Amino acid sequence: MSDTIIKVENLSKRYRIGLQEKKADTFAQQMVNVLKYPIDNFRKIQNLGKFQDNEEGVHWALKDVSFEVKQGEVLGIIGKNGAGKSTLLKILSKITEPTSGRIEMNGRVAALLEVGTGFHPELTGRENIYMNGTILGMTKKEIDRKLEEIIDFSGVEKYVDTPVKFYSSGMRVRLGFSVAAHLEPEILIIDEVLAVGDFEFQKKCLGKIEDVSKNQGRTVLFVSHQLGTINQLCNSAIWMNNGQIEQLGKTRKIIKEYISSISDIKSEQFEATGIELEKQYHIKKFALINTEGKASLNFGTNEHIKIKVDFGFSNRKNNIEIAIALFDYNENRIFTIHEPLFRNNTLLDKKQGSIVFELPPNYLTPGSYHFVATIHIPHLESFHLIEKVCVFSIVETGSNFSDYEGINIGVVFPQYRIIDDYV
Amino acid sequence: MLANKTVIEPSKGWKFIDFHELWKYKDLLYFLTVRGIKARYAQSVLGVGWAIIQPLFTTLVFTVVFGGLAKVDSDGMPYILFSYLALWPWNYFSGTLSESANSLVANAGMITKVYFPRLILPLAAIFSKLLDFMISFVILLVLLIYFKVVPGLGIVFLPLLLIQLLLCSLGIGMVLSAMAVQYRDVKYALGFIVQLLLYTAPVVYSTTAVPEEWQFVYSLNPMVGVIEGIRAMFLDRPMPWEWIWPGAIVGFILFVFGLFYFRRMEKVFADVA
Repeated sequence: MSDTIIKVENLSKRYRIGLQEKKADTFAQQMVNVLKYPIDNFRKIQNLGKFQDNEEGVHWALKDVSFEVKQGEVLGIIGKNGAGKSTLLKILSKITEPTSGRIEMNGRVAALLEVGTGFHPELTGRENIYMNGTILGMTKKEIDRKLEEIIDFSGVEKYVDTPVKFYSSGMRVRLGFSVAAHLEPEILIIDEVLAVGDFEFQKKCLGKIEDVSKNQGRTVLFVSHQLGTINQLCNSAIWMNNGQIEQLGKTRKIIKEYISSISDIKSEQFEATGIELEKQYHIKKFALINTEGKASLNFGTNEHIKIKVDFGFSNRKNNIEIAIALFDYNENRIFTIHEPLFRNNTLLDKKQGSIVFELPPNYLTPGSYHFVATIHIPHLESFHLIEKVCVFSIVETGSNFSDYEGINIGVVFPQYRIIDDYV
Repeated sequence: MLANKTVIEPSKGWKFIDFHELWKYKDLLYFLTVRGIKARYAQSVLGVGWAIIQPLFTTLVFTVVFGGLAKVDSDGMPYILFSYLALWPWNYFSGTLSESANSLVANAGMITKVYFPRLILPLAAIFSKLLDFMISFVILLVLLIYFKVVPGLGIVFLPLLLIQLLLCSLGIGMVLSAMAVQYRDVKYALGFIVQLLLYTAPVVYSTTAVPEEWQFVYSLNPMVGVIEGIRAMFLDRPMPWEWIWPGAIVGFILFVFGLFYFRRMEKVFADVA
């Protein structure tokens, strides 16, 4: 019990969303509206912060959210836009009040919802470090002590006495993050702020966060859309949906469940129907199986993918082949597999059989793919062709390239080794 | 268990400002005040010189218009000294009103991204104006020397009047800044209201021009006492306590009300800013 550092109980928050204006349909009505406008406006503005029950135009950004965070835990928060992640962080960082519920936190909290809050363009880099640092809750003494380190980390030493308005946006971000990285709170709350800045610096920041949590026992709450980053940093995760917690648990599991939920394709696999079943040789079923043995259309980069093909036939013939081709989103063929349909496999019975292929982990890069499959005698006869089957996604779950999420890095991860290295 | 325990709950009713927390953020107050000063005079040729030019020219215009053309009674002292003794605190007062009223709206970006005691913002606005106030004191000194006026013993009460000035500015500043977050009308109204307010205080005219039966009501304006008091102490006249105390009470009430009102509105700032 004593190592629970954040305890959130039944937290709810509602917002008012703008109601549609009443439109006038006559000129006279319009004139009346113009005169009444200040009164209506006053009521509307006055009510911005008030609510009646069951009112229209009220939106529950958070509804009855409860969870606990242990000391030293790095908790990732994932979910679609508007799921309530940012609202949750805003309440945790005391920016806005909850409508109901309670949070208990043991320790100094620092929230980083933006990089470089309070920067003033006319002040120099050095002055802005003090400005930003004190806004984030540091004292002048603390900043004095860490000033050199902060300037060093930011990599803008040369310009530290130049007004910030002459900085490039990248330099501003670096400076802002350097200040934040040197906070020493027991609880650190970070919103999607790492999405800015260049790769090299992003990597440096992630390293710093990792260091903070692992080596210094700090608790970190982290919101990001980059599942790879979450997977890399967090040991547990919360998946939010419509202002509520959908699931909570180990990061790997949560991410997996989350990925399979965001897929918009309903049918998980191909299943032959009607006339197809009457073909001499046909594919009965074409499915992708994950490591848990379940059909899925979403895989992490680090997962094995099994391709299971169930087929039916009338009689056994040796020259019949099964061919499977993988295509990427742009319809580029990535590979083709050719295998005899009847191998030394023990067939279930005289009418059907199945064959399972396995693709290794860390093979396909994040993206959307699909298969084309056929049973045929090459150059002679095609028995059953199914196109664009099993449209599936590969999602970044912490590969070597996770820092490059969103960038085109090709469709396969390279398999190579360095055999010589000149210095 | 760690010493810093935070509980977040929806707040209810009227609450007083958390001074302990405010104290923890004193460095922020300092840097925001400095930022306010630096930002105001950044990239201007004359810099803080404007803090001298502005009141000086206003006084000159008043002297020509009210003292010279309209021949307003100035209690038998040179009109320029008479009006400057009033303009010195008045300029500070009116300056802080517009500066603090705008302080939350102008920093909405900060309010929605980081938590800190919001009161710091109007406070910093009011403190950063203190520099101008001190600089414009230089003109006052020059005028005193030129007219060979020696302040009386009453000068020991100056800190008291300055506190009254500060409390009054703070009180109104807190209310206005909190209102301005929700009602942007404040910003537009304030410009001309400050101009009109000038005539509710004895800046261009003397209190002797106020009819006797209205003098008490008139003295409820905290600025009346401040201005009358400052005039009296620099010109070595008896302290006009009858002008000062009603305003002092009103000023204090304004300040306390401001504290409560600000605290009450504080929670919705981030949602409506």
